[in-house]
Amino acid sequence: MEPPERPARGAFAPWDEPAAQPLVVFDGVTKRFGAETAVSDLTLAVYEREFFALLGPSGCGKSTLMRMLAGFETPSAGRVLLAGQDLAGLPPHVRPVNMMFQSYALFPHMSVEKNIAFGLEMDGRPRDEVGARVAEALRMVKLEGLAGRRPHQLSGGQRQRVALARALVKRPKLLLLDEPLGALDRKLREETQFELMALQERLGLTFIIVTHDQDEAMTMATRIAVMDKGRLAQVGTPPVIYEAPATRHVAGFIGEINLVEGTVSGCDGRRVTVATAVGDLTVADAVDSVAVGQMVAVAWRPEKTRIVRGGEAISNGRAVISGTVHDIGYLGGRTTYHVDVSGLRLKAAVANAARSIERPLGTGEAVKLAVAPDALLLLVR
Amino acid sequence: MTSQRSRALDATALTLGFAFLYLPIVILVIFSFNASQLVTVWGGFSTRWYAAIWQNRQLMDAAWMTLKVAAASAAFATVVGTLAALALTRYARFRGRTLFSGLVYAPIVMPEVITGLSLLLLFVSLGIDRGFWTVTVAHATFTCGFVAVVVQSRLVTFDRSLEEAAADLGATPAQVFWRITLPIIAPAVVAGFLLAFTLSLDDLVLASFTTGPGSTTLPMRIYSQVRLGVTPEINAISTLMIAAVTVLVIAASLATKRSAAAH
Repeated sequence: MEPPERPARGAFAPWDEPAAQPLVVFDGVTKRFGAETAVSDLTLAVYEREFFALLGPSGCGKSTLMRMLAGFETPSAGRVLLAGQDLAGLPPHVRPVNMMFQSYALFPHMSVEKNIAFGLEMDGRPRDEVGARVAEALRMVKLEGLAGRRPHQLSGGQRQRVALARALVKRPKLLLLDEPLGALDRKLREETQFELMALQERLGLTFIIVTHDQDEAMTMATRIAVMDKGRLAQVGTPPVIYEAPATRHVAGFIGEINLVEGTVSGCDGRRVTVATAVGDLTVADAVDSVAVGQMVAVAWRPEKTRIVRGGEAISNGRAVISGTVHDIGYLGGRTTYHVDVSGLRLKAAVANAARSIERPLGTGEAVKLAVAPDALLLLVR
Repeated sequence: MTSQRSRALDATALTLGFAFLYLPIVILVIFSFNASQLVTVWGGFSTRWYAAIWQNRQLMDAAWMTLKVAAASAAFATVVGTLAALALTRYARFRGRTLFSGLVYAPIVMPEVITGLSLLLLFVSLGIDRGFWTVTVAHATFTCGFVAVVVQSRLVTFDRSLEEAAADLGATPAQVFWRITLPIIAPAVVAGFLLAFTLSLDDLVLASFTTGPGSTTLPMRIYSQVRLGVTPEINAISTLMIAAVTVLVIAASLATKRSAAAH
């Protein structure tokens, strides 16, 4: 049974279709542990075939949210729905959801084969079907030769694959992945990210992944929910989260950003001018409506900044900020400049497009930073 | 020079210490192979007393009774002690937890004379005939605390996500216990059983208080015979007991080590 073709990632956006039925719904969910609130009145919908990332620092409630979906925690208030069915009162072993644990949680007293077969045996599947599906799962994660090994005889990467095979062998509607790549080294992690994406698309499954690694979320996810202290800060596709962050927290959590506080001095439709410590900055298309005198922040990404010597001219229309180079970070592919401007330290990242060993700028040099108005973001919250 | 001298001193102290602890036992073992009728006079090597104890009906009955009591009480204590350990580690907060853990561990530190006496009073006031079952229950109350300690020490390092993973894969709570939890803690449970068995095997005090006619255990039989004088037969049966206890204690510590090695 081949899963039906999924449209290419660019066209896949069920969250924008009003008629689409979500697979998972968190409806006003709150979870308290004693006096502490881990998740606070959270509402969220995840659609079929999404690769959905819950992103946030540790303790933001993302794992608690996932554990409520798997059935290990009960919401203090609100409902969790799977395919329209309220999951309240359903213990973990009857939920059609499987989870891959951060620690992998492989059964130490069972072989790789027995670990993978466990879920099918619990379902009372006939022995030859179990054997065939375990063999298929082992092939899928390229561990055919290791069926008889015990978990402690495997490397970290192999254990991760066994855990993945064990969680996928029951063909769950929804696979939950709790920091699935956290224990792998960097190179292996990057490889595995793409393998997971390919697998998810090939099997046509819905994945929800919990991670604190923004690169991981940006690479793999169709949409990202950024969480902060038990609340949703923003939900959106990776480009939306990166290019149009809704709050200061989201802007600072994803990637590098320059953030300058200021007061609104002029307001002309969506064109907003803000008086800041580095001069007046004009934002071309502010999303939130603001009033003159309001305290706001203006932010922009380092790579959207041009940096030139103090004497050079800058094409008009850009915001120009003068400062001195404090530090230079050469990273091969790009160079990051830290520039001191009236007590603030701003960053500018320049792609090293031409092959050149000499540095165009030195520390202590007077420079100008130029940012296009449409690269500037206005952040109210 | 100094280190050499101190090393020599260490070795002497160690030898003296071990001699103090084990010399009496070594002498007992040696004299169990004495051919002479007289306990304190060496009359050459012989295993005749080991043959003789097979003919001693009273000793054999007592040994058989002791093994039955040890097996039954250890089995009982293992079940109760394991359940107590599960309750204490799994339910961090329940009403009366401190009291409960105190009650589980109290028999370990309680003077045996007092445990024995109170059990005797209980059995008498309930009108229960004393015999095999009363000794078994007495030993189980005393040893289940030891089982709980051994099993609990394994459970505190148990990774709960293993049980969650099993439940997530469709295992009911009972299946999780039998397929995941119990196999993983099994070495500790076995160690607890062996410890309980050993403790029951060599108990004199509790058995004396709670036994009845026809249910004399081996330590009681030995004690009553020794009051009439030590015979070489007693040396032989004691040596066999020492051997049994040594084997069981080594097995228990191996089981504990295996349990610790499996994470």
